[in-house]
Amino acid sequence: MKFGVIVFPGSNCDHDLIYVLSEILGNDVVELWHKDKDLKGVDFVMVPGGFSYGDYLRSGAIARFSPVMESVIDHCNQGGYAMGICNGFQILCEAGLLPGTLLHNTQHKFICKNLYLKPATRSTIVTSSLDSDRVLKIPVAHGEGRYYAPDDILRQLNENQQVIFRYCDQEGHFNSKANPNGSLENIAGVTNAGKNVFGMMPHPERAADKLLGNEDGKLIFKSILNSFVGA
Amino acid sequence: MEFIAHIDIMPLDALLDPQGKAVSSSMKNLGLEEITNVRIGKHITLQVSASSKDEAEARVDDACKRLLANQIMEKYRFELEETASV
Repeated sequence: MKFGVIVFPGSNCDHDLIYVLSEILGNDVVELWHKDKDLKGVDFVMVPGGFSYGDYLRSGAIARFSPVMESVIDHCNQGGYAMGICNGFQILCEAGLLPGTLLHNTQHKFICKNLYLKPATRSTIVTSSLDSDRVLKIPVAHGEGRYYAPDDILRQLNENQQVIFRYCDQEGHFNSKANPNGSLENIAGVTNAGKNVFGMMPHPERAADKLLGNEDGKLIFKSILNSFVGA
Repeated sequence: MEFIAHIDIMPLDALLDPQGKAVSSSMKNLGLEEITNVRIGKHITLQVSASSKDEAEARVDDACKRLLANQIMEKYRFELEETASV
């Protein structure tokens, strides 16, 4: 399977993703420079975390107009797969490929720590191989991760099972204490109506190597790979 | 014609503004208890060339909608000031 990882000025999780997808999981991975329009025939576009364009104006607002994003928008509108992690999630929301937006954390602080989440649906390729009761420990690192969508959009997300992950406590309970940033309904990740575009604030690529003592994130990438093998 | 647009972008009223809230509470520390409900947004100025004020307004509105403001979380308003052509 061929993945493309976009590199913007200010991306800083691009190489973590490339390492996990190629070295650990054995896939072809190419870098996609933000100024290029050619997606090099990839099956799956990854939009990495970081601070693209210094987070100027709003996180993701400027990156969204990069030449490569025009191709990503076309790719997704034709049913192609893409996933944004952290800043990548913010970029995909700004691009209108994912519903809602990410606001400043309620306490206006940058949060960098391990958190717990559980899949909220198994109806997507990102979550289909996950155990719905298994709590995943995945780090977050963001200042603007408070997921927000207007009421009507939120209702649609719930009705169509478009929420892919929610923050929970270590025991797997969804409650306000386990909500790190004030996200609506503990939402940590969502998908679009077509379920081919995904976004999540936590960083599975930072928890996918045995050497780091936590491989929970690998399960998420493996779910994607299993879906493709099964297709 | 040349115009300068003065654009104000504010978080939507329904949304919590953590920055504004923190500043609100520090007003108490300054002994300014009568100041409450601080909300913080952005002020942007830009220059626009257009053949009429209506055209300039349409251009700035387009810029606000497509890039400067995210209407899921922000509202905007602007005023145009005509300046001497260079």
